[in-house]
Amino acid sequence: MTVKLVLRGKEYEVKPGMTLLDSLKKIDVLPESVIAVRDGEMILEDEILKDGDVVKLVAVISGGAQ
Amino acid sequence: MKCRTCGAKAAVNMRQHKLALCKQHFLDWVPIQTARFIKKYRMFGPEERVLVAVSGGKDSLSLWDILHRLGYQADGLYLGLGIDEGLGYSDESRRLTEQFARQHGLKLHIVDVQATYGYDIPTLSALTHRGQNRPCAVCGVVKRHEMNRIARDLGYDVLATGHNLDDEASVLFGNTLSWQAEFLLRQGPVLPAHDGLARKVKPLCRFYEKEMTAYALLRGIEYIYEECPFSAGSTTIYYKELLNRLENDRPGAKLAFYLKFLEARENGLFRSSLDSSQPMYNCPSCGQPTQYEGKCSFCRMIEKVQPA
Ligand code: SF4
Ligand SMILES: [Zn+2]
Ligand SMILES: [Zn+2]
Repeated sequence: MTVKLVLRGKEYEVKPGMTLLDSLKKIDVLPESVIAVRDGEMILEDEILKDGDVVKLVAVISGGAQ
Repeated sequence: MKCRTCGAKAAVNMRQHKLALCKQHFLDWVPIQTARFIKKYRMFGPEERVLVAVSGGKDSLSLWDILHRLGYQADGLYLGLGIDEGLGYSDESRRLTEQFARQHGLKLHIVDVQATYGYDIPTLSALTHRGQNRPCAVCGVVKRHEMNRIARDLGYDVLATGHNLDDEASVLFGNTLSWQAEFLLRQGPVLPAHDGLARKVKPLCRFYEKEMTAYALLRGIEYIYEECPFSAGSTTIYYKELLNRLENDRPGAKLAFYLKFLEARENGLFRSSLDSSQPMYNCPSCGQPTQYEGKCSFCRMIEKVQPA
């Protein structure tokens, strides 16, 4: 009974039934720095994650010295 | 969350604008906003020729895509930096840039630093002993010089880069921490043309990095996701994370930081340093403006690594 979150190849597991926002808080990832994609669709912070969901987190921050 | 325009399920939520949009309406909204910024900051008109600096990353490819959708005459410039580090970073970013140009029927100029000057960026950096372990200082000098050179030689009116709001806010944050008045004075959406150098513009400077990523993903643009290997642990990334923490608690804080800076600058906050901010000399070798008498830092560097 889990939801899987994947960020840069790293997997995190959280309990189903939480919102994306709460799940991100659990794994200590700032919502501002990722975009969540489930089954090829972007989902927002109020989305409830269900058992078996696999959510890909796309990192948005980039950049070295300008 | 529902799209404000049509009520369908929203794909993007922009808390700083209190605006949520579905895929279709977000993809419509971004070019409309970009066109608005281009006009507001008087970046360029439809009759001007624009050279877009493309790196293969999400921001520059999206910028090129947006300008193309808006009907501007925008060609691309890709600089081959020769960064590999066992990851093929430059090769892959070049492949994605060429692929994008081909798919959209756009004109792309490619300049390979090694083919032109004999050394790739990491080697140039090692030979000149600049910037400790990171070639970023050398990379910055080369990129700026080459973009100026190509824009001038090929007669472009405007050089456009894909800097987003997070890029601008993090640079602003760094310059504010050290109160670099000359840099603060010159930072903005537009750097006017002078001394034969094209005008420089940043049409995406008011979009959050998250929005640009959403744009690239929703448009199906294939961009290089892996970072330049030398960017790991950079100050830029550190500042962006700090600002995002602030943004998280206070939506809109990042945008306000930048926009209020532009307003303060407009009102003359940094004007006293105006005189010293303008480059006063021209490099006798390449003709580009420089702050000091004699050759510019790019030409001095190239001279240093040329075999005697
Ligand atoms: S991270 Fe450094 S070396 Fe890599 S592209 Fe940016 S400036 Fe150049
Ligand atoms: Zn809609
Ligand atoms: Zn020079």
